[in-house]
This record gives sequence, structure tokens and C-alpha cells, in this order.
Amino acid sequence: MEQEQHLQLDTPSQPRRRTLLNRIWALIALLAFVELGWLSSSLLRARKSRYDRRQGSRYVDAGRVESFKAGDVKAIPEALLFLACLEDNRFIALSRTCTHLGCALSWDTAEDKFVCPCHGSTFDRAGVVLTSPALRPLDFYPVRIEDGQIRIDVSNSQRRESFDASQTTTV
Amino acid sequence: MTIKIRPHHSPIRGFIFHLHPRKVVAETIRFTLSFGLGGMAATLFLVLVLTGVLQLLSYSSDSTEAYQSIIDMYAAPSLAGFIRNVHHWAGNLLVLVSVLHLLRVYLTGAADRTRRLNWLIGCTLLVLVLGANFTGYLLPWDQLAFWAVTIFTNMVGYVPLAGVQISELLRGSAEVGPATLENFFAIHVGLIPPFIVVLLVYHFWLIRKSGGLVRSRDSGQRPVMVAAVPTLVAREAAVGFGLCALLLLFSALVDAPLTDIANPGASPNPAKAAWYFMGLQELLLHLHPTFAIFIVPLLMFLLLASLPFIRQAGLEPGLWCGGGRGRWTAAISFLTGMGGAAILVVVDELAFKNSGAPPVLTPWLSRGMVPLLILVIALGLVYRLLRSKNFPPSQSLMAVVLLCAGMVCGLTVIGIWFRGPGMMLGFSF
Repeated sequence: MEQEQHLQLDTPSQPRRRTLLNRIWALIALLAFVELGWLSSSLLRARKSRYDRRQGSRYVDAGRVESFKAGDVKAIPEALLFLACLEDNRFIALSRTCTHLGCALSWDTAEDKFVCPCHGSTFDRAGVVLTSPALRPLDFYPVRIEDGQIRIDVSNSQRRESFDASQTTTV
Repeated sequence: MTIKIRPHHSPIRGFIFHLHPRKVVAETIRFTLSFGLGGMAATLFLVLVLTGVLQLLSYSSDSTEAYQSIIDMYAAPSLAGFIRNVHHWAGNLLVLVSVLHLLRVYLTGAADRTRRLNWLIGCTLLVLVLGANFTGYLLPWDQLAFWAVTIFTNMVGYVPLAGVQISELLRGSAEVGPATLENFFAIHVGLIPPFIVVLLVYHFWLIRKSGGLVRSRDSGQRPVMVAAVPTLVAREAAVGFGLCALLLLFSALVDAPLTDIANPGASPNPAKAAWYFMGLQELLLHLHPTFAIFIVPLLMFLLLASLPFIRQAGLEPGLWCGGGRGRWTAAISFLTGMGGAAILVVVDELAFKNSGAPPVLTPWLSRGMVPLLILVIALGLVYRLLRSKNFPPSQSLMAVVLLCAGMVCGLTVIGIWFRGPGMMLGFSF
């Protein structure tokens, strides 16, 4: 009889208290993982803001208004962007980065469009998609015109889903 | 006080018996059961740790110096270039060996209920290996690295909801730049390796706990046992040292690739992701980005991870592909998957993508839901067909899994070797 009781205690089903403790341990381990993930992502974010601040609000001079005529597209390699003068003499500053997978675009003067060397996406002068695989228009930068001098805020690239006139600037 | 040294308990032997039991089942040590793939992966990991630590002495992770530090590695009296070669080739080989190891475990029926946890750990390890490879890819800071990482971080940006945030977090800024290099260096040398070590130890321990490698069902007789030392250990040493010898020889003859220094102003044409992500990049040329980058890979990974949890999915243990006609089923499914992917790519390229006809449906439907549904229905029909031909459920599911694996393989091959400038179809050897 005594032996039987002993056997019962040794059965594989653990006492409830121990199961509970094990679960608490697992929960603590899980929490530690979540914390580690949160910690690393917050450190990464801190670094990102440091880099962003270093660049600050940075303006690049893109030349005088008079030097552009309607339809001109000028590459500004030091800021990795293009300044386009649209048909109605409004200016738009376009990121040089293809919205498909980030390759560097070039302006095809003969065909009047931006062409991506990687996957063949094309964009018109205002950065709107002509042929996919790209789905989104090119990112743009705010442009300011002060006394006929065109200045581009290169620290502030903006995503957009479609083109409208508010993205452009005129004299 | 005297210390007794027992001759049979040398430290090395003691360590070996932490990994292995004294006696192992004779049939589990035959080479054609495992091809030593798990052991090869472990060997490669050790080589990677050693060469990685050595490279810390010659590499600089500052974006202004990184490229030059690689060039300097190949300067005359230094062995650093050779060590970089070993590290590069071992890392690439590890991706291949890990994938083969995963297929081996599934096809020999080892992914059963008793090894569920170890299967999940193995899947996690595969993700970590890919992460380690991908973060290491950027470190040379050459054109190849720069644009491959640009393309991949942009691919991550298509993940719904958090994609853009995750990819900016990885890059450390809006575009790939000095911050990206610092991030990737820290992740590559500091974050991923410890996780791999911990999971590897757990992985090994769970194998021993499940009674070693998978073996065929009990035939009533007691299995033949052999001593782990020397029989098993000698075989492991042969595979490990043989692999190391081939790796060192190859690295002495073939340099790891290094192109021009990274130039954010000009992408090479074509710009490709790392080879193990070329299947994804190929898919991206055909499907809506959300599907190509997120939904399809996620579904495939979930199917893979859930294999030991599906009832009746376990293949006959200890045999390849369930035995009998299973091997033929496996080979035909895999080749059909590869060929099917190639045909689909060519048909899409010729008939639909460049036809110029306006799309009938929104891209989300025509290049997302519709192809996905067709694929799922086709795979379901394959399963039904095999079941009606009296194939057991496990082999029918194996055919579906290997069809998917074949398609992934086919897309990867097309992406690597059949995409030329402008990502046009053609030879690019």
C-alpha cells in the first residue's frame, strides 16, 4: 500500500505547482526576448535620428530660374536628385531613386523619360509611372524660389501616391 | 591529495560523450541516410566563427575605409585575403548545405511528432543563417554589395504595415549609407552568432534526446549497436576534415568576388540581390510586391514549419522519400516544379507582361490573388490525384512540398543565370 502511494508520486504528471513555475519561467524568458528586441530596435532608432540630425535641414542651390525653360530636366548629382521644369514652368525636385527596388535612374533626353537600368520602369517628367514594375511616383523634395534662386530642401524627401500641383513650386 | 586520472576518460573523450551516447544504432551511421549534411553545416559554422574572428583583425567597418581594408587584405605578404576567401565560400556553402539538410531531414521521415521542437529550431536556424549571410554581404562595400543590399532592403519595404519602418531601421537612414554598414556589421558579428550558438547547442541536445538520428520502424528485433568511438567519430572526422580540405583548396584557387567601390550614383546593370534571394527577386518581376515579398514566402515558410504538426504527414522513417515508388514521385515532383516555374516565367514574359494591353483587373487581383488561388488549387488537385492513385497521404503531401521546392529552385536558377541587362531573359553566365 505504501509502495503504491510512492509510485503515484513518481508518475510523470508533474505536481500542479511545478507546472505553474515552469510556465512562469517560460513567460519570463519570452519577456526577456521581447525586451531584447525592443532594446535593440530602440538603439537602432536612436542611431537613425542621429544620422538624420547630422544631415539637418540642408538646402542645395540648383541654379537660377532664368536658366531653365519648360521641359528641362537637370541632374544634381551631389544631392542624388533631378530638378525638372514642367510644361507650365512649375518646378519639381525628384529623387533619383527608383520606387521599385531603389536603383539609380537616368534621364533619357531623346525619349523624354526617366529609365531604370535594373527592371525597366519608366517615369515621366513629373515622376509619374509610365511603365511598371514600379507602382509609386518618384519621391519629391520641397523647392523654394528666393529672388529667382532655386533652392531644394534635400533633407526632406517625401513619399506620394499620385501627382498634384502642390508638389511643385513656381516663381 | 592525489588526482586519479582514469585512462578511458581523457578530456576529449569526455567531451565526445557529451555529444554522443556510448553506443549508436548501426543503421543510423550509413552515409546515404544523412550524407553528413548536419555535420557539414556544424563544421562550416566553426570555420566561419574562426575565420570571422580573424577577419576582425584586418577589416574596418568605417564606410570610408571598408573597401580599402579589403584591398589591403590581398596585399602580398598577408594571408588575410585567403581567410576572407574561406569565410566567403564557407558562408555561401552553408546556405546550400542548410537547405539540403532541411530537405534531407524531411525526406527521411525525421520531421515527426517526437522531433517537432527540433524541426522548428532548425527552421529558425535557417532564417538566422540567411540573416548572417545577408548582413555579411554588405561589408566589402563594393558595387555588388551596395546594390544587392539596396535592392533587398527595398524589397523588405514592400512588407505590409511595418515594411518601410523595418527597412529604414535596418538601413539606419532613408538610403543605404554609412549607417547601414555600421548596423549590418554589428548585427553580423554581434547579434546573430550568439543566437546561432545557443540554438545549435539546443539542436544537438534535442537530437541526442530523441535517440540519435532517425531509424526505420522496429522490426521486433533489437537493433544492432556499434561503439560511437571510433565508428561514428571516425566518419564524422572524415566528413568534417574532408570538407575543410576541399574548402581551403577552393579558397586558395578562387578569390571571393570584389567589384569596384560602392557608388551610390550609378547602379550596375543588371543589379541583382544575393543569389539566395534571386528567387524572390524573380517572383517580384511577376507578382504584386505584397504577394512576392510577403504573402507567398510566408505561406511557404508556414507550410514548411508546420510539416511535423500535420497529421499523417510524416514519411516512413529511415528511408528516403517514404521508400518504394516514393523516390520517383519525389524526383518527378521536384523536376516538374522547376520546369513549371520556367514555363510560367517565359509565358508571362512573352504573353502578358509586355503585351501593352491595359490590365483587365487591378494588379492586386491579376498579379496577386488570382495566380495564388490558381497555384493553391493546382497543388490541391495534385494531392487529390495522387491520393486517388493509392499513394499514402504522406507521399502525396511530399509531392506538393517538392513541387513548391522545385519552383523556388527554378525561379532562383532563372534569376541567377538567365537574367541579363535590364533583367531581360537570356543567358548571363
